[in-house]
Amino acid sequence: MLSLKVNRKTYSVDVEPETPLLWVIRDSIGLTGTKFSCGKALCGACTVHVNGKPVRSCVVPASQVVGQEITTIEGLSPNAQHPAQIAWREADVPECGYCQSGQIMAAAALLANKPNPTDADIEREITNLCRCGTYLRIRQAIHRAAQIAARA
Amino acid sequence: MSTNREINRREFIVTTAAVGGGLALGLTFPMSSAGLALDAAKISARPWESLAGKGDIEVDPWVVIAPDDTVTLRIGQSEMGQGVITSCAKMLAEELECDWSKVRAEYVSVNRHFRENKVYKRLLTTSSSSVRLGRPYLQQAGASARERLMAAAAQTWGVPRSELTVKDSVITHKPTGRTLRYGQVAQNAAAIKLSAEPNIKTPDQFTLMKKPTKLLDAPLKVDGSAVYGIDVRLPGMLYAAAKASPVFLGKVKKYSADAVKSRPGVHAVVEFSGPQIEAGVAVVADTYWRAKTALDLLPIEWDEGSHGSDNSEGFFKMSRAVLEEPGAKVVTQLGEPEAVLKSSSQIVEAIYEVPYLDHTVMEPFNCTAQVTPDRVEIWVGSQDPEVATMDASKITGVPVEHIYLHNCFLGGGFGRRGNQDDVRQAVSIAKQLDGRPVKVIWSREETMRHGYYRPMRVSRFRAALGPDGKPLAWTTRVIGIDEDYPGDEQTIRGLHQLPYQVPNQLFDYHLRKTHVPTGPWTSVGRSQNEFFLETFVDELAHAAGKDPFQYRRTLLEGNPDLRFSKAWVQVLSAVTAKTDWGRQLPAGTGMGIAIGDSRRLSRKEYTICAAVATVSVSKKGEVRVERFDVAMDTGPFLVNPLAAERQVEMQVTMGLAATLRQEITIEKGRVVQSNFDDYPLLRATEIPEIGVHWVRATDDPIAGIGEEVVGWVAPAVCNAIFAATGKRIRSLPLKNHDLSWT
Repeated sequence: MLSLKVNRKTYSVDVEPETPLLWVIRDSIGLTGTKFSCGKALCGACTVHVNGKPVRSCVVPASQVVGQEITTIEGLSPNAQHPAQIAWREADVPECGYCQSGQIMAAAALLANKPNPTDADIEREITNLCRCGTYLRIRQAIHRAAQIAARA
Repeated sequence: MSTNREINRREFIVTTAAVGGGLALGLTFPMSSAGLALDAAKISARPWESLAGKGDIEVDPWVVIAPDDTVTLRIGQSEMGQGVITSCAKMLAEELECDWSKVRAEYVSVNRHFRENKVYKRLLTTSSSSVRLGRPYLQQAGASARERLMAAAAQTWGVPRSELTVKDSVITHKPTGRTLRYGQVAQNAAAIKLSAEPNIKTPDQFTLMKKPTKLLDAPLKVDGSAVYGIDVRLPGMLYAAAKASPVFLGKVKKYSADAVKSRPGVHAVVEFSGPQIEAGVAVVADTYWRAKTALDLLPIEWDEGSHGSDNSEGFFKMSRAVLEEPGAKVVTQLGEPEAVLKSSSQIVEAIYEVPYLDHTVMEPFNCTAQVTPDRVEIWVGSQDPEVATMDASKITGVPVEHIYLHNCFLGGGFGRRGNQDDVRQAVSIAKQLDGRPVKVIWSREETMRHGYYRPMRVSRFRAALGPDGKPLAWTTRVIGIDEDYPGDEQTIRGLHQLPYQVPNQLFDYHLRKTHVPTGPWTSVGRSQNEFFLETFVDELAHAAGKDPFQYRRTLLEGNPDLRFSKAWVQVLSAVTAKTDWGRQLPAGTGMGIAIGDSRRLSRKEYTICAAVATVSVSKKGEVRVERFDVAMDTGPFLVNPLAAERQVEMQVTMGLAATLRQEITIEKGRVVQSNFDDYPLLRATEIPEIGVHWVRATDDPIAGIGEEVVGWVAPAVCNAIFAATGKRIRSLPLKNHDLSWT
């Protein structure tokens, strides 16, 4: 049994210590907003925050994050009102939407670290893949989120 | 007749392009959106679940109205990012004259479709067909519901229908000013039979359509709540990890279940096989990770059959050899092309080759199934829930009326999620689990190595040029490989009639088989054939010493058999005007052009589309697509211009990744590539500035927008590379070419 703190709640989970955090979040805890896509940290669809930093949960053993603050898309904000989520809706970013939880979590971590990121910051920090090619709208939404956060 | 009005690009796209070019901030958003400030989703996170409450009235199978005027519209097509839920809802609501802010959507019941004699017409989502084929009956359903609501109000008041008007779900009796809301008359309306079906609106009467509308489902994809097939959770559900024969058409020889049975959580080890099911083994456990790790350790011996040494190089060699074989099937013969070629002094000849491609859906393949003797339930994101249901019936013997397929959101489709191999496999596994539900998940590697691939293809083009540089004769031969779907037509599409003026023509083809499964991949046939055709005509232009735009233009204008040749020229001219075609560019930078119309043998509608790529190539040979501009005929309307723009962006992204570096290769009978490291998607840093230029060039509704751009990406980019470097690209992907220059 491992004890994990996800979205400010503590869960005891019956998993092998090396089980990737992604599958603990999805199968044991039942939060399915965090997505499986590559399993090798190549695409970022599984991005969550550990102590506020973005990590690709498909390659993080659950035992490594015991006692740490894990945040998933479901816990990013009450009522999906994080500036990135507001901006994502305004810009109508998602197409198939499968990668967007990971994109938003990566963007939220960037914005927390750099409240007013440049295009170069975004290119460097947001390396998540999107098969539908929403990249231009994601960039636009991140700039918009920075404005929303500054106003708040 | 065509008009010459060009629809203005709206501010939103201009802004997008500016940001794409590196200019930040000063952002604006489309304030005219019909779905302005759409904070709450208008469809359940579990889209198969009905939102309609007990007091809600079904006015017709597509339209349900609640006492508070909330309108629930039923959607028969599958949402995979193309915005189809919103588009279908708009086609219904356009006629219904309801308050769009009170519209919500839900998927139709697939089970009811079977029980009620295919009441929802068609549940397939492919080939840009949702608007093209769905609009007449969806508009009719909306109009029919509206007229019955109006008739109910007329009855209530005892007045003639002609004295009533309706707007935003409120019916007004003009002479007295009395009003009734839809929610007040829905009950009576449901019982009314119309003596005749009302006429539906013509495009000039549309008000809701043509407006950019935000997607009804987008908020669910911003808070993680949208349920894709892979997210389904059921009480008592087991998880399975599946591995099919690495060599296609192989068999399971033996495996040792004992090696993994005692591992934690493992419930069973089961085999699966059957018609249209790649044989394999699945480990079933209480979590996916336990199933997957046990499967990785499971010793399996495969019978590779007769294809264990087949490889891509062999398939290409075979195809090149078949180019010389007699007996090709002739599609087009005009004049005496061979005789003209023999006597000509200027011949241009080229052989083109393209590889297999994977669909690379972001959501790995999965399906959840529960099989009992008299009832089957399936949860999956499917482009074809109708055939999936019939396949499940065949495998289980349970009649379709007792099969309940719950369609989920699709994490990408692109044609891949219309093959039902996921459903057939999962149902075969669930059948062995005594009625317990099981979610089968494929790893990324399994998903990539068991696709229904875009077919590889080889072609040879020959032309004889006259003294004026125009082609006097043109022959095309295509070797179609394994074109399982839809047979010969995929090989032929786009080449069966040249858009260009050529007095002597021959187009013929051979079909050959490999053991590699193939299927529809966005644009179905055109991603190969347009690369061939639009590269070859570019080669002719250069051989003739002409500008590639003007050369095409002359040949289009000169072709008396080309329907709407003026519209072709209009679209072509729009994209060259927008890109300032012909301007001086720095060394190593070039522009390439391509045009086509997405015609198919099987349909009369098409979409005229032209593209210009602006590409720079470094001296070391690194390719950077700076801009990609698309001009497209809209016909008289676009159902949702906002979604249409995004479809163009998606296709540019998709086409560019394939052009730059994607290929599926076969070694030892199996797929070599496995994940995004050896089959890379386009990255954010590589996306060009994208310009979308709508042109109203024809007055007929277009064929669609979901796949009418992707075919023109490769030729436009490769023609630009030729302009930049003088290197002519005759095979894809570009990563296999040395593009360095001095």
